[in-house]
Amino acid sequence: MALFLVNVLDGFVTGLLLFMLCSGLTLIFSMMGVLNFAHASFYMLGAYFAYQISLVTGFWVGLLVAPLIVGLIGALIERYGLRRVHKYGHVPELIFTFGLALLIEETIQFFWGKSQLPFSEPAALDFAAFAIAGNAFPAYKVFMIAVAMGIFLTLLYILTKTRIGMTIQAALSYPETVQNLGHNVPLVFMCVFGVGTAMAGLAGVIAGPVLGVFPGMALQLGSIVFVTIVIGGLGSLWGALVASLIIGWLQTFATAYDVTAEQVLTAIGFTKPELIWDHPLQDLWTLTLPQLGPILPYLLMIIVLVLRPQGLMGNRES
Amino acid sequence: MSIASKTPLTAGTTRLISLSNVMPWAFAALFLLCLPFVFQSSSALTIMNQMAITIVFALSYNMLLGQGGMLSFGHAVYMGLGGFFAMHAMNMVEDGLWLPLPFLPIVGGLFGMVFAFLIGSFSTRRAGTVFAMISLGVGELIAACSVIIVVFFGGEEGISGDRTMGPPVFGYEFLTQQEVYYLTVVWLLVAALLMYLFSRTPIGRIANAVRDNEERAEFLGYSQRNVRWISFCASGFFAGVAGSLFAINFEILTEENLNLATSGSILLITFIGGAGFFVGPIIGAVVFTLLQTVLGLHTELWALYLGILFVACVMFFPSGFAGLIAMHRRPLALGKLNLLIKPYLKVAIPAITSVLSLAAILEILFHKRHGYGGDHEMHLYGIAFDSGGYQAVAFATIIAAISLFLVSRVLPEIREAWDNANHAEDRA
Repeated sequence: MALFLVNVLDGFVTGLLLFMLCSGLTLIFSMMGVLNFAHASFYMLGAYFAYQISLVTGFWVGLLVAPLIVGLIGALIERYGLRRVHKYGHVPELIFTFGLALLIEETIQFFWGKSQLPFSEPAALDFAAFAIAGNAFPAYKVFMIAVAMGIFLTLLYILTKTRIGMTIQAALSYPETVQNLGHNVPLVFMCVFGVGTAMAGLAGVIAGPVLGVFPGMALQLGSIVFVTIVIGGLGSLWGALVASLIIGWLQTFATAYDVTAEQVLTAIGFTKPELIWDHPLQDLWTLTLPQLGPILPYLLMIIVLVLRPQGLMGNRES
Repeated sequence: MSIASKTPLTAGTTRLISLSNVMPWAFAALFLLCLPFVFQSSSALTIMNQMAITIVFALSYNMLLGQGGMLSFGHAVYMGLGGFFAMHAMNMVEDGLWLPLPFLPIVGGLFGMVFAFLIGSFSTRRAGTVFAMISLGVGELIAACSVIIVVFFGGEEGISGDRTMGPPVFGYEFLTQQEVYYLTVVWLLVAALLMYLFSRTPIGRIANAVRDNEERAEFLGYSQRNVRWISFCASGFFAGVAGSLFAINFEILTEENLNLATSGSILLITFIGGAGFFVGPIIGAVVFTLLQTVLGLHTELWALYLGILFVACVMFFPSGFAGLIAMHRRPLALGKLNLLIKPYLKVAIPAITSVLSLAAILEILFHKRHGYGGDHEMHLYGIAFDSGGYQAVAFATIIAAISLFLVSRVLPEIREAWDNANHAEDRA
């Protein structure tokens, strides 16, 4: 039971982290109709910038400044790159962001090299917050939950309760009308893109010490982020939240419980062949749940798409 | 004589090679047959084989992107699976299955098609973003599976085989690189011709219609989903053929053959070459393989340059290299191509200098940053110098600035010449 609770919390952290990326991506998607393939690259940029800043000033300044720089870069890319490609249609836009992802990864390797950087959590948070039956829960993870929840609630408040949020929501559905009412819709788009990428950058800063800072970190999370928003339903913020949490828990539980296929198959009543290493079904018998963990999100995506093509909470197909 | 249009609506249907004109195909065949007499070294043959495989793969990818309007991030799956099945078939030949090597690509192609049929059944319902995301998810799924299902995919080491075990065909056992080259080239020509002919069939034409306006195609009575599905299966077949050729050439397949990186690079190749044209992917594959092998020998930064080229291509010339070439068809038709020669020559020297000096800045900075053990001696363009101080960077920057300035001075002249060359004064 205690282990179960720890895993619930761990999965919650992973899910919230995923949601910080997915929320920005979903907002950008529902606004501009373009999936930002480079979204996870902004997450990576956030981590690298924070590392570089933390060398001079320490973790906390990096936490504040790095997302701002990432957001600024994002806004500039929207203004001078994406807007230019926009007139060619959605597919070239997607290809553009794909190229951007490649370019950002190469640029990061240009400046910081290929190896992992020693980015660690601040000393102030390097203690166990509490323990569940002997399993210590680090304070840094509590901090991660707090930041992610804070961001989520702020976003929710701005989107639903303020005038700016109303304009954004209106611009999502009727950009021309909103433009005619005197709002600068391109500016709104640029700001949403900037804020979305800044949130990805912030996620990178707080995830860096836990998941590691290395050039492959964007690729590692990137595909999962897309899978998540497809499962949740493209353009649905609540769907993104639900799907992020599901995937967070799915992955955490899959790695935590070492269930092997052998146990399952024997329990059903099959007998294990003697010479397993030459058997055609050897992979079936030696399969373990932690091995399956990385492919579960993709399997879930295919199941969802076959049964419910618009995603869990989406209301349109494309 | 129609004139190449730059709008996506007609881009894919422009007849760069018309069916009545078989000369380009004959020339291509003759050219490919003669190539080994010019480049005889085994490394050159390897590069040419790789190029041929990439061309087949890129052409099959363009059946989706260029002709069907489907952006796939997981096309390597079909090439990889086709290749893995071909490799297993090759190993079964060793155990007594009668299958001459030249027919192996059919096996791989059929398996590529079977998987395209299965996956296409749910992924082709929608084009655009949804299709792209599903292809990405499926690609990641299969790539992750390849590490788990060791019996079939061979785990981390992959699986390998021996192509020479099959029955000899007209006395050839495919021991030498040259024999393999001819096998690959024959398949390249057959596959390219079939893909070209496919694009001329009614289903190929309807695929273009669905790409341009799926709703209208539906109203004409065509199921957009089925049209995409058929294109998808055909594309899967040729990707499988490319995978089998890979298996024959390199005799080893690993997880790398079906992962996201391979899928991504085929998108890059097709787009740089020009997705709207049949010859686009061919140009892209040739350019990419040359960049990868030749530039890769000289600099660690080749992937960065490729990324810059790709992003620049998407932003400034989205119809790719083939599009740039096709732009000159109108001046050619008007007989005014000669007007452009002088300004092009004028811009060539400063443009090349600026590209080289900008690359030099990157190289010097990279060397400074990652110089091994404080060793600052550096060789670039045949010049040896010290990359430690600021002189080298400053020098390269000054040259870059001057040459860029010169380019900007020539640009108005080019624009004027371009307008003149595209303008018919009197209707003759």
